[in-house]
Amino acid sequence: MSARTETRLWIAQRASAAVLALCVVVHLIVIVYAMQGGLSAAEILARTRGSIGWLAFYSVFVLAAAVHAPIGLRAVLMEWTRARGWPLAIVLHAFALALAVVGLRAVWAVFAA
Amino acid sequence: MKNDYRARNHPAWWAFAVHRVSGLALAAFLPFHFWALGQALGGEAALQGFLVWAERPLVKASEWGLVVLLAAHMAGGLRLLALELLPWRDWQKALLAGAAGFTIVVGLALALVL
Repeated sequence: MSARTETRLWIAQRASAAVLALCVVVHLIVIVYAMQGGLSAAEILARTRGSIGWLAFYSVFVLAAAVHAPIGLRAVLMEWTRARGWPLAIVLHAFALALAVVGLRAVWAVFAA
Repeated sequence: MKNDYRARNHPAWWAFAVHRVSGLALAAFLPFHFWALGQALGGEAALQGFLVWAERPLVKASEWGLVVLLAAHMAGGLRLLALELLPWRDWQKALLAGAAGFTIVVGLALALVL
C-alpha cells in the first residue's frame, strides 16, 4: 500500500469521524427523546416521513459511517490477520458499498413510508 | 517492560480496548440496524411489527449496550482527534475521564427512558 493511499485513508478516517461526531450527538439526543414512553413506528415515521431535513441528515450520517467503519476495520484486520493487498481491499470496498446501500435504503424507507 | 498485563493495565490501554471493541460491535450491528429500519418499506405496520419484537428484555438490553458503545466510541474518538490534531496541552490528560463521564451520562439517561 502506497504512502499516498495510507495518507488518504488516514484523512478520510479523521474527516468522517468529525462528521460522525456531530451526527452521533444529534442521534443520541433523538434516541433519548424518542425512547420516552416507548418507541412506535407511527412516532418514528411522523418525524421522518417527507422530511427533507432528516433525509439529508441521515444520508450524510450513513455515508460517513460507510467511509469510517471499513477503514477502521482495515486497521484491525491488518493488525490481527495477514490480510493485505487487493483481497483485503475488495472485502472492505464490498463492506463499504453494502453499508451505503442498505443504509440509504433505510433512510429512504423512513422518508417515503 | 514485558508484554503482559502490566504493560496494559493503564487507562490509555483501556481506552484503546474500549474504542476497538465498541468499533467492532458497531460495525457488526450497523447492517442489522439498517435492515430493521428498512422494514418501513413494507409500511408502518411492518416497522411496528419489528418494534414489538424488539420489546423483548434481551433485545432492549442489547440496544442499551449498543447505544452506550456508540457514546463510548464517539467520546473516545473525539479524544483521539484532540490528541492527534491539536497542539499538546495538559488538559488533554483529562479527556479520558471526560470520555468515560460522557459515556456514563448517556448510559444513565437512556436507562431512565428505556
